[in-house]
Amino acid sequence: MSNDLLDDLYRELILDHYKQPRNNVTLPAANCAADGSNPLCGDQIQITLTLTGEKVEQIGFTGSGCAISQASASMMTEFVQGQSVIDALDGIAAFQTMMTTSAPTNAVGFDDIDALIGVSKFPARVKCASLGWKTLEQALSTNNGVEVTTE
Amino acid sequence: MTDKEHLTGLNIEQIRRDFPVLKRTVGNDKPLVYLDNAATSQTPVQVIAEITRFYRDHNANIHRGVHTLSVESTDLYEGARNTIAEFLGAPSASECIFTRNTTESINLVASAWGKSNLQEGDEIVISEIEHHSNIVPWQIIRDELNVSLRFIPMLADGSLDVDAAAEIIGPRTKLVAITAMANSLGNITPLADIIEMAKKHDALVLVDGAQSAPHMQTDVAALGADFFACSAHKMLGPTGIGLLWAKAEVLDTMQPFMTGGDMISTVTMSQSTWAEIPAKFEAGTPNIEGAIAFGAACNYLDNIGMTSIRNHEKELTGLALDKLNSIEEITIFGPSDVEKRGGVISFALQGIHPHDIGQFLDSEGIAIRAGHHCAQPVMSALNVPATARASFYLYNTEAEIDHLTDTLNQVVKYFG
Repeated sequence: MSNDLLDDLYRELILDHYKQPRNNVTLPAANCAADGSNPLCGDQIQITLTLTGEKVEQIGFTGSGCAISQASASMMTEFVQGQSVIDALDGIAAFQTMMTTSAPTNAVGFDDIDALIGVSKFPARVKCASLGWKTLEQALSTNNGVEVTTE
Repeated sequence: MTDKEHLTGLNIEQIRRDFPVLKRTVGNDKPLVYLDNAATSQTPVQVIAEITRFYRDHNANIHRGVHTLSVESTDLYEGARNTIAEFLGAPSASECIFTRNTTESINLVASAWGKSNLQEGDEIVISEIEHHSNIVPWQIIRDELNVSLRFIPMLADGSLDVDAAAEIIGPRTKLVAITAMANSLGNITPLADIIEMAKKHDALVLVDGAQSAPHMQTDVAALGADFFACSAHKMLGPTGIGLLWAKAEVLDTMQPFMTGGDMISTVTMSQSTWAEIPAKFEAGTPNIEGAIAFGAACNYLDNIGMTSIRNHEKELTGLALDKLNSIEEITIFGPSDVEKRGGVISFALQGIHPHDIGQFLDSEGIAIRAGHHCAQPVMSALNVPATARASFYLYNTEAEIDHLTDTLNQVVKYFG
């Protein structure tokens, strides 16, 4: 089944992450956590992570919502696992730039994530894709614990 | 069989010719299938023409000048008020107040009637199935005036628990504010029962008619309510114009909602006195062309006939319920009896988020609403974050419902 218009948005890789989300767990030993939601559409993401020094040792996410929000969060966890906090924050910034400029980031570790570039052509869905990343930003920030929204 | 022959008496092909937007395509050249009528309806050329005609031929402020254009504008504006009053069965046009929309109408009542009539210990009764616009204004007034806000609960099929209503509405109840047709699930509420309960305790009744006025005959005088609110943009009119009908004797007990020009009798440096209704509640230059176009929309609906429109939508809804129920993964919310629901079908497809459904349908030209429909209490009662909602109007066809059904089957394959 194919649909030209949609295939740009729902690339195969995205549907794969949606149907089989990676790191789809709550980490019991987490020392950092944040919840994010888009109340208008009902997307929800919960992130737990263990920080060892300045390194994201492990990350898990749970949530419910549309394919874009869940796939993007899944890809985000794959990217961020094992990264330094600074590289993770750079990744968040690179992702936001991709959403606003519609240009691929060519960032290291973004091979899969660049598949989300199609989302930038659907302005109503950018907030879905951004939710996991904003929630990660929250978890890494000093405000950790305050719920975020991308609406 | 064509839709013209099949569906109850309406010449759909001819009606569709009045709506230019229905001729357009979206996405990859897909003909538009507009099924988001509960959010906003499309506008016929007869209504669009009134807006351009006003600016081309008459444009002037109303109730102010002696010059020709101002007199003409005033006549058109007040003429529209008369048309709408007649359309809604209001005994007097002076009881019809132009607002921006249903939301503003309800805010007007909550604020202007509430502050003039409510005291600590009084109760306002609304229901769990209300649109946020008939919840939030009452929460604000509850906190401001220290009154109670009670909710008539919803049953599993989305209908109101009438037995519970009889318990909740009591001697402390001063106002019951209730929808005539829920925007989220389309269920038609038992207004007559609720109004009778309220009247037994001398409580006033506000009816949120945003969804009912476009699709069913309205007769506010026969209804027995005290307030009725609706929006033009859901009934073939433009956005930014709505109406509040209220009994004159109730309006006379209320202080103004907004103040300024046009709503005063006299103004001195120290104080002011208010104009008679409806002017008392229409401060400032109103949406003149909107009111005129609203009147034209009521004329258009009246020419076709609200009974025919309701019958057409009942038939479409029945067909849609049958066809959509053939999809194994679907859950349809709300009553199954078309007598008890308007042309609104809220549904979920197992495991697929409504936004993904909406996105896929859009790529096939089909416009539906995906979200919580400004009815979060309903969503949490159904235990879903959101639903997909298809809603029909007089120009929708059986072929469009077939297209919806086929495309939903594709959605299941794509995301399943």
